[in-house]
Amino acid sequence: MNMLTRRLLIAAAASLAIAGSALAQDKSIVVASTTSTQDSGLFGHILPMFKAKTGIDVKVVAQGTGQALDTGRRGDADVVFVHAKPAEEKFLAEGFGVKRYPVMYNDFVLIGPKSDPAGIKGSKDIVAALGAIKAKGADFVSRGDKSGTHQAELNLWKVAGVDIAKDKGPWYKEIGQGMGAALNTASASNAYVLADRGTWLSFKNRGDLVIAVEGDKRLFNQYGVMLVNPEKHPSVKKDLGQQFIDWLVSSDGQKAIADYKINGEQLFYPNASDSGA
Amino acid sequence: MPAELSAFQLVLSGDPALFAIVRLSLVVSLSAVLLAALMGIPLGAWIALTNFPGRQGAIVLLNALMGLPPVVVGLAVYLALSRSGPLGSWGLLFTPRAMIIAQTVLVAPIIAALTRQTIEDLWLEYRDELTAMNLGPLGRVAALIWDARFSLVTALLAGFGRAAAEVGAIIIVGGNIDGFTRTMTTAIALETSKGDLPLAVGLGVVLIAIVIAINALAWTARRAGERLAG
Repeated sequence: MNMLTRRLLIAAAASLAIAGSALAQDKSIVVASTTSTQDSGLFGHILPMFKAKTGIDVKVVAQGTGQALDTGRRGDADVVFVHAKPAEEKFLAEGFGVKRYPVMYNDFVLIGPKSDPAGIKGSKDIVAALGAIKAKGADFVSRGDKSGTHQAELNLWKVAGVDIAKDKGPWYKEIGQGMGAALNTASASNAYVLADRGTWLSFKNRGDLVIAVEGDKRLFNQYGVMLVNPEKHPSVKKDLGQQFIDWLVSSDGQKAIADYKINGEQLFYPNASDSGA
Repeated sequence: MPAELSAFQLVLSGDPALFAIVRLSLVVSLSAVLLAALMGIPLGAWIALTNFPGRQGAIVLLNALMGLPPVVVGLAVYLALSRSGPLGSWGLLFTPRAMIIAQTVLVAPIIAALTRQTIEDLWLEYRDELTAMNLGPLGRVAALIWDARFSLVTALLAGFGRAAAEVGAIIIVGGNIDGFTRTMTTAIALETSKGDLPLAVGLGVVLIAIVIAINALAWTARRAGERLAG
């Protein structure tokens, strides 16, 4: 073995040793969550309070709900904090989660251009609105990324009696990206798009977009949090992760969530006490 | 980072979050270039000076690897470092170290391929002198790398340019975690997705300015070195 190879091996071994000791000391957890909780600024508001109280650093990896659950399945996160109840229940049934805690809700809103080509603005009936968009072939941007919002959108099409996989035409654009990217695309092409209210309120590049449909109870959007099962992945920091979950559903955590506002408008409504949520 | 401020206000006001992001970008990309140079320069020099079966194929492959798609490298490193992957017990996913590994994989072929070309050209030029000096193969490699040291700066800069500019690999293996694995490029991607296009563009301009400054520094150092070496 020449000297260079030996030096490189020593350097590699040393950096791994440093990585190992850093791992043993740091008081932090990885939370796989959704783009909506991060892009809306909620985490920026509540995590400093949690850190002040417990000293625990929460490292948020913001992904779509589908990807966040997969990150948990692989053992790459300690906690998942997402919004697609059927997918969360599947995650639990597969044994990857310990227990699901409802945390908060907000709602989805259907966003569209001011010109309103489908003629649905001001309606409270999301199902009729989607039917009108399809009938008129008005441009619609879909997340197409298995996120919670995408799953909610697919479900709404189903309720509207539209088999979107079969019935979609050139008006239906699946972009396979996050909420912000979908809003940017809709803004640039004057299309309709389903968004969570939090991301919409904090979104800055609105162009001609406005809320077209809101207030339908079928637009309800529930968030839940789960500890990744340490029996599947021994690397999960179960005590620190559970501390985070306990704080989120505690009165302190719930109040921190309720207090988060943009321009005086509340973004998320805590409902940890509603065990059926 | 307070989003209502423009990137230039952030720079002028010395925003600590912005400086942490710039610092992490530089630490990750410069570490990757250093590690890639430690591997790529000897490898490139060795290929330049050694005849072995399949050498032509190796050169083509090395040149092709300069175009490795960052998102594919990110995915491969992600799968390797994931807790469910072969190196999962290292616990490196979603850390700056994982980002350095991914960028090293991207940069090493660039440095190796450019080193190979530089050293081979020099070798053709000075073959007789070096043969007459009666150096062993390792001595030859060392002598040629030393002779080529100023030209190799360009190879390092090409590698640094690649590392500083890419977002596809580090956003996958780093996770773009606020205050921990967020770099200039992942912050730009995030601000774009939040619809704050002015801040995203501003951060882009800051990034380009930093890359230009580093290149200017490297160029000045090279000129000074050449003058000293006569």
